[in-house]
This record gives sequence, structure tokens and C-alpha cells, in this order.
Amino acid sequence: MTELTARTAQSSILQFLTRRRGRVRADWTDWLTYAYLFLGLAVMFAPVLWVVLSSFKAPVNLAEFPPTFLPYAAETVTVEGFDEPLSLYEVITEDGETRQLAQIRRVGLNAQMIDPANPEAGRLVVPVADAKPVRSILFTWQNYARLLSASGSDLWLFVYNSLFITIVATAITVIMNSMAAFALSKYRFKGNTLALIAILMTLMIPPTVVLVPIYLIVAQLGLVGNLWGVILPTVATPTGVFLLRQYMLTIPDELIEAARMDHASEWRIYWRIILPLSAPALAVVAIFSILSRWNDFLLPLVVLNRREVFTLQLALASFQDENQIHYDQLLAMTTLTALPLAFAFIFLQRYIASGIASTGIK
Amino acid sequence: MRAAAIFSRALAALPARAIEPVMRGAQNILGIKRMPWVFLFPNLAAVLFFSLLPVFINIFYSATGSDRLYPADRPYVGAANYETLFECGSYLDPSTCSRDLFWRALGNTLIFVPVQVAAMIGIALFTAICLNRDIRGRGFFRGIFFFPVMLSPVVVALTWQWILQRNGALNGLLTALGLTPVNWLVFPNSAFFWSVFVTVWAHMGFFTIILLAGLQSIPRDVYEAAKMDAANPWRVFTRITLPMLKPTLLVVFILCVIRSVQTFDELYVLTGGGPGSATILIVQYIYEIGFAIQPRNFGLAAAASLLLGAVLLVFTLIQLRLARGKSYD
Amino acid sequence: MANLILETLSKSFGAVEVIPGLDLQIEDGEFVVFVGPSGCGKSTLLRLIAGLEEATAGDIRIAGESVISVPAADRGVAMVFQSYALYPHMTVRQNLSFGLENIRMPEDEIARRVEAAAKMLQIEELLERRPKELSGGQRQRVAIGRAITRNPKIFLFDEPLSNLDAELRVLMRVEITKLHERLGNTMIYVTHDQIEAMTMADKIVVLRKGVIEQVGAPLELYNRPRNLFVAGFIGSPRMNFLNGAITGVSEAGLSFQSPHLPSFTLPARPGPLRAGATVTLGVRPEHFTLSENGTGWPLTVSVSEQHGSNSYLHCATPDGTPVLIHEAGQSRVARGDVLHAQPREGHWHLFDAAGLRVPLGN
Repeated sequence: MTELTARTAQSSILQFLTRRRGRVRADWTDWLTYAYLFLGLAVMFAPVLWVVLSSFKAPVNLAEFPPTFLPYAAETVTVEGFDEPLSLYEVITEDGETRQLAQIRRVGLNAQMIDPANPEAGRLVVPVADAKPVRSILFTWQNYARLLSASGSDLWLFVYNSLFITIVATAITVIMNSMAAFALSKYRFKGNTLALIAILMTLMIPPTVVLVPIYLIVAQLGLVGNLWGVILPTVATPTGVFLLRQYMLTIPDELIEAARMDHASEWRIYWRIILPLSAPALAVVAIFSILSRWNDFLLPLVVLNRREVFTLQLALASFQDENQIHYDQLLAMTTLTALPLAFAFIFLQRYIASGIASTGIK
Repeated sequence: MRAAAIFSRALAALPARAIEPVMRGAQNILGIKRMPWVFLFPNLAAVLFFSLLPVFINIFYSATGSDRLYPADRPYVGAANYETLFECGSYLDPSTCSRDLFWRALGNTLIFVPVQVAAMIGIALFTAICLNRDIRGRGFFRGIFFFPVMLSPVVVALTWQWILQRNGALNGLLTALGLTPVNWLVFPNSAFFWSVFVTVWAHMGFFTIILLAGLQSIPRDVYEAAKMDAANPWRVFTRITLPMLKPTLLVVFILCVIRSVQTFDELYVLTGGGPGSATILIVQYIYEIGFAIQPRNFGLAAAASLLLGAVLLVFTLIQLRLARGKSYD
Repeated sequence: MANLILETLSKSFGAVEVIPGLDLQIEDGEFVVFVGPSGCGKSTLLRLIAGLEEATAGDIRIAGESVISVPAADRGVAMVFQSYALYPHMTVRQNLSFGLENIRMPEDEIARRVEAAAKMLQIEELLERRPKELSGGQRQRVAIGRAITRNPKIFLFDEPLSNLDAELRVLMRVEITKLHERLGNTMIYVTHDQIEAMTMADKIVVLRKGVIEQVGAPLELYNRPRNLFVAGFIGSPRMNFLNGAITGVSEAGLSFQSPHLPSFTLPARPGPLRAGATVTLGVRPEHFTLSENGTGWPLTVSVSEQHGSNSYLHCATPDGTPVLIHEAGQSRVARGDVLHAQPREGHWHLFDAAGLRVPLGN
């Protein structure tokens, strides 16, 4: 009975995969496509899954080679007469019998063991080679706990710094870019092409090329080691202006003329007519701004030189600064840093993709 | 439209009332005709201050010496910074140059960029074509290929470092298959390969989405006409898809090259430019001499970044010029 | 309520002169239609009056006051746009009240005006809907409603019916005419459709290349077109034109001779025309008499269009000049038949070589 259900489930999955919209049967190119896509699924997704799984492993488990797929922990047992819980081992005795024994201590190649079911039987000496630890799958939070206790309130400070930079910079970017885009799309005035070119020209200037002078300007403004020192240089994104302008060009001029005849001031036209109607494009600009600000590394690395103003990314990178890498905390922190974006991604995936496509570069 | 309506109500309720009288006043004083400049002002000011001004400061820096940050403290040295960069015993051997790291970084970049761009566009195009087919779970797969774009470079680098380390998952997998484990990031060639692999892994989703949009903008009836003409799939691809995708491909190509040349974050964390100087790229070199290595040499960093900027500018202009006149629109 | 005076008004876009100096007077309460082919400057003229375009020279006076430098919103005019220009993100009520909110009108007054306009246009049930949820005709009403709430001195309509289907267009035509009767405001209406002009206008202004060709009541334009252009433009189907010459001038009138056609005499007072002058004779399709006895012009029928209540016979003179003849009721004429037709006495129009009307006895 169960086999039958399993088989129907299997065939329905197969059917689901092979069925194509429009056509009845799949040909070999479809199989090739699926093969490639599932390979892609493995290559793209497995690394991240691996990190997340690893973050739930205890340090002992992490250090193992070859690594286990799922987090495992050695099982322990409390035996009368011992304060600490003892690790449980599976031991093959001389007469070929398999027994579960608790290890008291290890001495050279032998270990002292005791039978937890029968502690009165006394200590047994077992060669280490014959004993295998008994383990079970265990997702442990101890890496996260240690991360929190080790960095203490610093962690929340890093989160706050990252959030502050991301939110403030994005808000300023969206407002400033949309104002400029409004001017460049809905007015005919002398110098509009010049202004547009001046803004778009900055596309040609890679941010890394002007790293030193930006540091100088930030330093002159007294903003080294200040979150605003990272926010201000990044707000005037040329792509944002360009995307919004292209979108606003599709809003009919007659709407603005109607609003003008309705006694609306220019600011009111911008705020009440243009902004609401540009919502899809604004969302795209906002998403990209959030992404790049949250993930930004080089500028914060240069400007934010004190630990108190570190962003999550800087804190994360600083984990491997010393000669030894604390993989246990690092993995937990990596998972935590990627988490907000993973959530954002689940909700916004379709929007981001269609955003790039519709407002997109054509 | 519903979302827009909610957004519109939110805007109406926001305390923009504080700005409105100011802007209305500006309009009364300046008149409607000057209002676009008012709207442009914040963005334009930021652009001038943080993009155009730095270019000029860079030029100044590259012509001055010493490790002082403030321009007034820096003595004029003429073209000395450029000369230092180009000072070589033999241009065929980087180790004879006074700044051998610059030449190594440049050499690495010259190999890294073509390899990475070719791999990136090839894989992204293939993926986009697969995703453009009439298949089940298209949205899901599109998401899978896109999501690394959302990850921060640091997270990407640390993830792969965790996998590639000596006791990592990859070696575990190799051992399970009966192969010898390799210390991937310790050998120059394998470190270079993984540098390319990881950056492609992280960014191909972005280009895939753009190419997919380009593919979807090719009208269906063109394909239907080709079907009526009994064209085989390969001919359809080379004679219809590729030519009609060309404008999109051009954009992708330019973006991809510019980004590739600027690669820094992932490799800084993944390999740190090592082993030795096997994976150091030009931007990391600029960072190292400008900020990391004491005494900081801003002049040399500025000279190197101006050279980089000039190369990028020339490249983009050539591309745009080549593209002009070949468009089908 | 106001009259409108345009004085040597001109408008150029760069080097292109769209309106080269135009004078016009519109009385209080008149329904005036600007009509002309596309590109004749009629929309530009309307936008100049609205204040959406800036005049290059000249003056506009509304109720005696010059408004040439007054912004669009303060001229006391309201405009109904071709695309309606309704704010897509606002409900009908918000669309109607946006302009009133902008001048800080008290809320109860806004509500009163919106209700009144909605009632007049029978759109009360639609007030909470968005433009997207309305049909073309309903959007049209809302657009008119938005103009009404502002209680303007002058209504401006820019081809408001061009986006509606034929049936709805006839309905809205009647409604706008009724609205004018009810409100009594001055209304200016731009269209390229001469039927709209004929049926709605108190006064028609025929424009060509920014120049007024003729101003007058609809039937005056129909009966006594001042030149070839107006004669061809007003009336549907359009007037037939035959090129010919005056062969003699006598007490009885002018002898008109067209190649391959028998000559006949037009009763006219002796005027400026001499024998030998080149002229064009215009006869409307409905002004032919078919003769059974073989007198009149021999015309070969190429197509016989049966509309049921009317018949249109597409014919040609022996030299190939097309002539359209209207016959009431259903015609028995078939393709290839040769008709003998004569212009009905008193319903002919004669134009001299410069295209200007020559006064005849009628």
C-alpha cells in the first residue's frame, strides 16, 4: 500500500517536471535544460546551505575531517558516582559482542570505561581503536550563544550601524534621485542635457578610482569614523537618477499640466503626482540601494576605522584577521548577516527581477 | 496600482508639510522656470562634491608626493609617481620593476578580466536561455540563480573559504569519491581558478536577469516566423536570438568588464591577494599602497587609479562607438 | 463668465512659426469650435489660451484683463484634455477635489462642489472608484467634472471625444451641448472632426497653418465658404471641385466651361471676373439633379455605395475628375452606368484662381 502511494507520488513528480506548458511531451532539449538547472541548483544553493548547517555544529564536529553533512554531537550519559556526564561509546568486546560503554578517561591507547547500565561491575579497560563514539544529530545553538557572549553588546552595535547606514542612505538616495529625475524628465530648460550628462558621467568613474580623494573629503568634513562619512558619498547614484528618469518619461505630461491648472505647486506635483506614480521604479532603486549599502565593504573599510562604528560586514571580515580563524563564531555570524537579505529576497524576488526587466537597461 | 495607491496615501500623510511651504516660497521667488534647478540641486551638489571634485583631487594627488593627506602639505613632484610606477629594468619581468607589485597586479587583472568576463557572460547567457524556455518552476530557478547577488561579498568569500579550506566540504567530497584532497587556496593556479569561480558564482545572477529581460523582449512572432521557415534551433539562436539580443549583450558586456576590473571585496577576503601575489588585482593594489601599507602613499595610489580610470574610459568609449551604427532599431 | 480677445497672438517653436499673429474675439457664453486638419495649430492655440504654452508675441484678454503673463492656474480657465489626464492613483472624488484642496478651499465647500458636479454628470456612484475602473465615457465625464468643480470663466476642450467609439461620441456630443446650455459658460472646443464642429458650435473657427481661414456660424460656413479650403473642409462628404474657365461674361451671367463637359451659364452679377479667367466650380454631392433626358454632364459610375437610407455614387467626368453624387434613398445605378447630372440651380460655388469665393447671384 505504502509502496503504491510512493510510486504514484514519484510518477506525479515526474509528470510535474516533464509536463510543459503548451506542448504535451518533453524532448531532449527539455531534459538538457532540467539537467543544467538542477546542476545550477546544487552549485548555487549548496554552499549557502552548507554554511548554515555548519553553523549549527559544535566546534569538535566542525574540526572533523571528512566533515559530516548534518551536525552531530556525541551522546553522553550520567553515571552514578561521576559528577560530569560521560561520553557514550560503542565497543566491540573480545568475544565479538557490541556494548555501549561510558568513557571515564583515556590513557594512551586504552580507555577506562564503565557500563552505565551496570556501574557496579567496575571499570573496564578498552583499546581506543575498538571504541566508536555514539552520536546523534543535534543542531546546537552554542556557536550563536558564544558569538553573542563574546562580542556582547558590540554585535547589536554592528547591526545598528549597518541598519542606520542602509536606511538613512536609501531614504536620502530615493528622495534626491527622484527629485533630480523629475527635473530632468518633466521640464524643458536650458542646461538639462548638461545636467543629465554631468550626472551620468559619474557612471564612468568607478568608486574605487576616487577612493583616496573621497577619503580626503570625508576627512575634511571631520567624518572619518562617523557613519555619515559612509552615507554622504554614496547617495547620489547616477543609475538611480537614470532609471527614475526613464520611468518618469512614461508619465504623460498632460497629468502635470492638469495638476498645474489645478493650482498645484511644483513641489506638490512632485510629491503628490509624480512620486506615487513612480512607485515601481522607486522600489527598484530602493532595493538596489539597500543591497549595496548593506553589503558595502571598501568605503566602510577605509572610513570606519574604529570598532564602535564597524558595520556587520567589517565585523565579519575582522573575524579572520588574526592568524587563527574562529570558524565556529564566523559561521554563526555569516548566517546572521545573510539572514535579513535572505528574507528580503524571498519577499522581493519577483519584484527585483521584474524591476530590472521593466525599468531595465535596454 | 493598489500598492501605488497606498504609497500615495502615505505620501499625502507624511510630514512633508514642513518642506512644502519652503518649496512654494522658492517657486514664488524663482518662478516655475527655475524650479528644475531647485529639484536638481541636492543631487547635483552631491555629484559635484563626491564624484567630479574627487577626480580633480586625484589628479592633484597623483602630481604630489609624501604621505600627508592634506593637499597643502604635499610637495609638487610632477610626473614622479607615474615614473615610479613605470620604472622597470625590463618590461617583460615584473620583478625588475621598482613597484613590482603594481605590475603583478596589472598582469593578474589582464588575465582575470577576460577569463572572468567570458565565463560570466557565457554562463549567464546559457542560463538565461534555459530560463527563457517554457519550463516548470521557472520563477524558482530564476530565484536560485539570482540570490547570490543579494549576498554581501564578505559573506560570499567566507562561505567559499569555509568550503575550500583544507578540511572543507570540497575535500571531504573528494575523499568520499576516493580522490586526493587539495589545499585549494595555497597553490597559485588553483587559487586563481577559484577567484574566478567565486566571483562568477556571486554575480552571474545579475547578468542573467538582464539577459533574460532582453530575451523576453524579442517578440514571439519572430520565432514563430522562423519556425514557419523551418529553421533549426542552432540557426534560430545564431541568426535571430543573438542579433536581436545584441544591444542587451553590449550593455551586459560593458557592465561586466567595468565590474570585473573593479573586483576587490571577494578576493580581499577569500585570498587576500595571495598566495604571495597570485590573486592581487589592481584595485587591491590601490587599497594596499593608499591605505594598508605604512607609510600611506596617496600619490602613487592616485596615479594608479587614474590610469585605471583612463583605461576604463577608453574601453567604454570604444565599445559605445563600435556599437553605434550597428543597432537594428 | 467672460469674453475672450486674442490680439496679434503668435507662437514659434524655435524657427518654426506655428501661429503667425492671430486676432479673434469670442463673446461671453459662446460655444466656439476650432477646427482644422492636424498640424493646423488649433491645439497650440488652445494651449496658449490655457497658459500651458507661452506666447511669442501678442495679447490674450479674458473679461477685459490681459492674462498673457498670468500662470495657467490663475487664468480662470479649465481644460479637458484629450487623454483626460485623470490622476490614476486617486479616486474620482480625489481627482475632482485635488485642485480645490490646492487653493485651500474649506472642506465642506469642496464636498458640496464635488457632489454638485457629480450629480450634474451622473457619476455619483463612481466617486470612490479609480480611473482604471471606469469606462471611456465615464472617464470623459470625470474629466469634465473636474473642470466644472473649478467653476471657470472659460472651458477649454482639447479633442475630448477622439478616444471614444463612434456611438459614444454622438452621445457625448449631445451631452456637452446640453451642458453648455445649462452652464452658459464660454466654451472653446478643439476638434479635427467637422461634424463635431457643425453640430456643436455657435461659431466655428476654421484654421489652417495657424491662420484663420473663416469664422462664422456652422451653416454660414456650409452655405458660403469663403475659400476653397473652407469649402473642402466643411461638409461631409466633401464638395466636388471642377477646374475650368470663364468663356464669356454677359447680362445673364458667366459661362463656365470645363474640359470635355458642356458649358453652362452661372447667374452672376458682373464682377471682377473676365472672360478667360481660370476658376474652380464647387458643387456639394447632395446638390446634383440626375436628368433622364440626357442633358447635363455625362458621368461614368465607378462605385455605387448603398448606405440604405442614402446612396453615394462615385463617378468620373470624361477627363477623369472624380465626382461624388448623393442620392436619397436606394439607388438602382450600377457600376459602369453613365449618368447625366446637373448642378442644382443656386447651389454652386465659384472660386477664382486665388481660391477665393466669387459672389454669385444666390
